Amino acid sequence: MSQRTAPRASWSYTRFQQRFAPYLFVSPFFILFAVFGLFPLLFSLFLAFHLWSPLDGMGNWKFVGFENFTLALGPTDMFWKSLKNTLWIGLLSGIPQHLVALPLAFIIHHSLRRFQGTLSTVLFLPYITNAVAIAIVFATLYSERLGILNYLGGLVGLDPVRWLGDPNMVPYSVAAVVFWRYVGWNTVLYLSGLQAISEDVYEAATVDGANGWQKFWYITLPLLRPMMFYAFTLTIVGSMQLFEEPFMLLNDGGGSGGAGLTSAMHIFNTAFRDLDMGYASAMSWLLFLAIFAMSMLNNYLFSRDGGKK
Amino acid sequence: MTTTPAQRAAPGPRPRRARLPWQRVPIWALMLLACFLSVVPFYLMFVWASHPSAEVFTFPPHLWFGDAFLSNFQGLMQVTDGQAPRQFWNSLYIALVSTLTTLFFCSLAGYAFAMYDFRGKGALFGFILGTMLIPPLVMDIPSFLVMNNFLGWVGEPRALWVPGMANAFGIFLMRQYISSALPRELIEAARMDGATEFGIYRQVVLPLIRPILATLGVVTFVGAWNNFKGALIMKLSEPDTMTLPLSLRRLGGGATNVNVDWGAIMMLVVITVIPLLIVFLLASRQVISGLTSGAVKD
Repeated sequence: MSQRTAPRASWSYTRFQQRFAPYLFVSPFFILFAVFGLFPLLFSLFLAFHLWSPLDGMGNWKFVGFENFTLALGPTDMFWKSLKNTLWIGLLSGIPQHLVALPLAFIIHHSLRRFQGTLSTVLFLPYITNAVAIAIVFATLYSERLGILNYLGGLVGLDPVRWLGDPNMVPYSVAAVVFWRYVGWNTVLYLSGLQAISEDVYEAATVDGANGWQKFWYITLPLLRPMMFYAFTLTIVGSMQLFEEPFMLLNDGGGSGGAGLTSAMHIFNTAFRDLDMGYASAMSWLLFLAIFAMSMLNNYLFSRDGGKK
Repeated sequence: MTTTPAQRAAPGPRPRRARLPWQRVPIWALMLLACFLSVVPFYLMFVWASHPSAEVFTFPPHLWFGDAFLSNFQGLMQVTDGQAPRQFWNSLYIALVSTLTTLFFCSLAGYAFAMYDFRGKGALFGFILGTMLIPPLVMDIPSFLVMNNFLGWVGEPRALWVPGMANAFGIFLMRQYISSALPRELIEAARMDGATEFGIYRQVVLPLIRPILATLGVVTFVGAWNNFKGALIMKLSEPDTMTLPLSLRRLGGGATNVNVDWGAIMMLVVITVIPLLIVFLLASRQVISGLTSGAVKD
């Protein structure tokens, strides 16, 4: 310290606080993460190999090795079924979301640009709304005897559908709510991606005589790739954790036959209803691995044939 | 440096293609349909909240407002034992405290990452971004255990807002904005004038980043207001802590139950949704452009 050649001023309060201010400014995140992030994560990893309920008290955990994991992946538990439900509902809601959002954004960007702000706001509304409140509204629409959907179906001569009662219908009914909530969000994401594409490319294509479809296929899609990757990732990560919509529409059991029981709901029930924290922790790590694997798959699909960028 | 899409999209003159009006009919029809589907559940909840309970389900369904708003509110007070205003306040309290603390801590950290050079900056920021990869679901159980077995915060509102005060998304959003919108010379000049480091943040930086504060503020408010699972897990279920989503669950859970006061439930639905609509509509452009700018990285 004494080798410093700088004048004493370098030890002034001004210098001192300049040097340490940034560390102080970023420290809240790291303190909070240590307490509410890192420690809990390690604790949950520890619990995944133990049998424990919060009622047992600290220290009274019983080591069970991989038993929690093998039980979850075995035939006796609902975890596999819940994972299949989650994936199926995710596909039913996720794929249409993007199939609709992309053309919608394309049309708004190219043909209705003057109304872009208004349309974005309107389409974005479902995204910010309360899932519990909106699930109640949809449950009313879905009501078997008294809901508007079956009323409208009846007008055109359709038999009443048991939207939330028929295990085969349940995934579609839940997926429709999820689709409704997120299609606008994806449209807005794609819109902002489209804004980042230079007009020159389209003008050049117009000069070369490309039609709208060709422009969409050969210009928009390739240049929108990074945004599509981002939007797909959000959809995957979000739908794998689906909880509130099925929980509200179908109650915590996932409706008749458990057709709407998602993995997040199953983990929630195991942890907070059955108080089997070790087992629930193990399943949450398995779900984490599933999310990770699907994200990797998404990553792979996007980098493979677009590798040259 | 990052540019937001709004900056990138130079509003240059677009070549106008002559289009026949009828060619635009399908486009308009499609857009109107999309907007209609977006809005119709909101519309219906208001319509239902204005009809007597017995008429929420009638054939043909009501499509226009009735005059039972007031009696449904009284019904709501009845089924919630007079707790509905308290529940509204609990939700509002959590959302406001979340918003203020998040804005403070995230802008402070984002400012540090954008405007200071310090040892370990890259690694620390990378670490923060890395934590975004943890799915929130994995945190549910362990954070309950920390609250339950170590801190004893279960059942208290702070269990909901303290952990998220300084979050990775907020810090990232703030850093992106500050590093592209504020020149470093400004900070230097303030320093020359003898401002303290925190003084610079408070007096120079904060006023200049209002747009992104509005974005993060709305997002945080909406997220905290809507937090159902967190409130469920942390058991904010006593009369003096219950939030609106939990109350909705208690009244409206069990979708098939017709023998409940649907008018009152729809009134609660409306009360839950109105603040969201107000907050979002006040700042929607700002929120949308701010949110999507975070999505485009260079």
